[in-house]
Amino acid sequence: MTLEQLEVGETGIVKEFTDLEMSVKLMEMGCLPGEAIKVSRVAPLGDPIAIHVSGYQLSLRRFEASTIVLQ
Amino acid sequence: MKAEIRVALVGNPNTGKSTLFNALTGLNQKIGNFPGVTVDKKTGFCPLPDGRRAEIIDLPGTYSLYPKSKDESIVFSVLAEKGSDLSPDLVVVILDATNLKRNLLLYTQVADLKIPIIIALNMMDMATKAGIDIDVNLLAKRLGVPVVPISARKEQGIDDLKKLIAYANQVPLQTDSIYVNALAPALIDDITEEIGASSPYFALQLAHQHEHLKFLTPEQSDRIEELEKKHSFHSQKAQAAETIARYNYINDVLYDTVQTPQTAHEESLSNRIDHILTHKIFGFIIFMMVLLFMFQSIFAWSAYPMSLIENSFVWAEGALRDILPPGPLADLLIDGVVAGLSGVLVFIPQIAILFAFISILEDTGYMSRVTFMMDKIMRKVGLNGKSVVPLIGGFACAVPSIMSTRTIENWKDRMITIMVTPLVACSARLPVYTLLIALVVPNKNIWWIFNLQGLALTGMYVLSLVSAVLVAFVMKFVLKARERGYFIMELPVYRMPRWRNVGLSMFERSKTFVLQAGKVIIAVSVILWVLSSYGPGKRFEQIEKRYSQPQFTQSMTPDSLKRVISTEKLENSYAGVLGHVIEPVIKPLGFDWKIGIALITSFAAREVFVGTMATIYSVEGDADRIDSVQDKMRKARNPNTGQPAFTLAVAFSLMMFYAFAMQCASTVAVVYRETKNWRWPAAQFAYMTVLAYTMAFLAYHLLK
Repeated sequence: MTLEQLEVGETGIVKEFTDLEMSVKLMEMGCLPGEAIKVSRVAPLGDPIAIHVSGYQLSLRRFEASTIVLQ
Repeated sequence: MKAEIRVALVGNPNTGKSTLFNALTGLNQKIGNFPGVTVDKKTGFCPLPDGRRAEIIDLPGTYSLYPKSKDESIVFSVLAEKGSDLSPDLVVVILDATNLKRNLLLYTQVADLKIPIIIALNMMDMATKAGIDIDVNLLAKRLGVPVVPISARKEQGIDDLKKLIAYANQVPLQTDSIYVNALAPALIDDITEEIGASSPYFALQLAHQHEHLKFLTPEQSDRIEELEKKHSFHSQKAQAAETIARYNYINDVLYDTVQTPQTAHEESLSNRIDHILTHKIFGFIIFMMVLLFMFQSIFAWSAYPMSLIENSFVWAEGALRDILPPGPLADLLIDGVVAGLSGVLVFIPQIAILFAFISILEDTGYMSRVTFMMDKIMRKVGLNGKSVVPLIGGFACAVPSIMSTRTIENWKDRMITIMVTPLVACSARLPVYTLLIALVVPNKNIWWIFNLQGLALTGMYVLSLVSAVLVAFVMKFVLKARERGYFIMELPVYRMPRWRNVGLSMFERSKTFVLQAGKVIIAVSVILWVLSSYGPGKRFEQIEKRYSQPQFTQSMTPDSLKRVISTEKLENSYAGVLGHVIEPVIKPLGFDWKIGIALITSFAAREVFVGTMATIYSVEGDADRIDSVQDKMRKARNPNTGQPAFTLAVAFSLMMFYAFAMQCASTVAVVYRETKNWRWPAAQFAYMTVLAYTMAFLAYHLLK
């Protein structure tokens, strides 16, 4: 299951990434394997989404969220 | 003035880095450009307690030394290039105390470059409020560097920071974070040996970033590439391994230095504000209201200061005319230089107001929410969520709007926004539209409520926005992306705007515009003045001579004589000659050579069209009175056909031309400043001219 499939309010733990280039950027922003991610809201038009990770709020597009595999 | 010590400010975005920069330097700052990129290079001076002065360089905010965009790449090149006039003696890393973990990643990277370093721990007050307990002394001991808690907004701890800068060590004392050599042992050794590197991490960064480091010679860069192949180095895999190692180290450091309470973040105020501001319905309504308010303010609040500037220049021109002996030199100074200067300064109110708004939107964190909400729509047409603000600002004036595109990080999105913003119907087009619409569109209502003239004007505004979106859509396919488009973006906590930052931003932007775009505008203004006040051969003298004959001086009042002379002079000036020259080209659009003159004189600014029309048709009395200009234009006949010169077809053709043509020297100048390459304004000028010609041609032939 990927981050993209989570509903608002749900939490998941990062397991791995499907896109190496994207993973480098995501990890720099604190989305590391083992880290808990909670979906805090979805943009009014359904994309992008906002997540709560390592103490702050981050927004990313659905496509980007789909590269994050959850445990 | 030479500074004794050079300090670079480094930090994540939204950590209060600019606020700290402003607190350290005050008004002693200047905005320039880093070579090759369009991020602002902000430098300033700060007096130190020991009597020396420090030069402070504000580097672009970044989450990592690995750049996501070309603009972020400047951070590593400034830190790495030894002996350049930017290379810092000391780095101040500013960390957000409420989010130390992510902030420390950048710190560990910079620390490993082995440059003397100080940590400014910002937002300590907010961290305390959130219940985050930081053992500052232990943290400093762990990292081996001085840590000073500050609150940049409240200007707390700034003096302590200045003391630390003054008495900073000249050698790096920070403890090693991760074992860098383990990431690529043989490669790091080879680069250190062959190219030279002050630390293992520096060598590793050279391996990652050598392609866009200007201080490396092509041979050095090629050699690094060979070494990478030899040791089968994979940049992204190495980066991933490094980031994981760094976060492990950071978790170790934070384990007993920072205690964070486990509170549910839903309760935070910021989150509750987000519920409303990014709400499906209210979110858009509020955003539309913010835009409408901004747009109205740029129009309404700038009107008074703008007319004040214009009136004082009219007064100054009059005063100069009285003082200076009449002659070509006085004319050049008054009608060329002073008029050009007025044309530059008149933009200041709009620039200042727009940047006040943008500064507030950015400072509060609302701009990120705008991007968040608008991303999906704007991405479809090749724009960015942040493009909305420049596009709407374009209704007032393209000049400040194009300057504001710097907030768009993605290069391609920013270029497309710059390219299409001048299509939006700016306020300078309004006098042209109102004049022409009143001329040919009857002032009556259809379906009881819709005024025909109002509908025509609305149509022109809607057309401008639609064409901007369509052109952006086309450019999305034409322009090649320089970097992969990420959206991964922090949504910072909502904060009150800092009025000092807002004021400084208004001041700095206006200053930058006057100093940098001003030169081009004045030059164009002088050239246009020469074109319209001199003519080939002895034509001007002949006109003067003819009208000094008794049959004219006796039968006409001095005023009307003067008017007839200036009309004839304009017709015989170089601009008039050019009007005749371009007539064959503009004839298919329904324009005669008189309109050609207006096209030429309004090249620098569209609103000049009205004044030129007044001169060409020798309008009596106050030339500013639009109805007298209209009256003359209505009676005007095309010399070639004998038909009225301004038919419905001609007027709409002209409006199409003014809607699409790049008739604004200020915009050209500012596009050059923002892109640092003449190819962009040239391409923009070309596509807009082609579009203008085509649309005018279509309008003329469809309505004829």
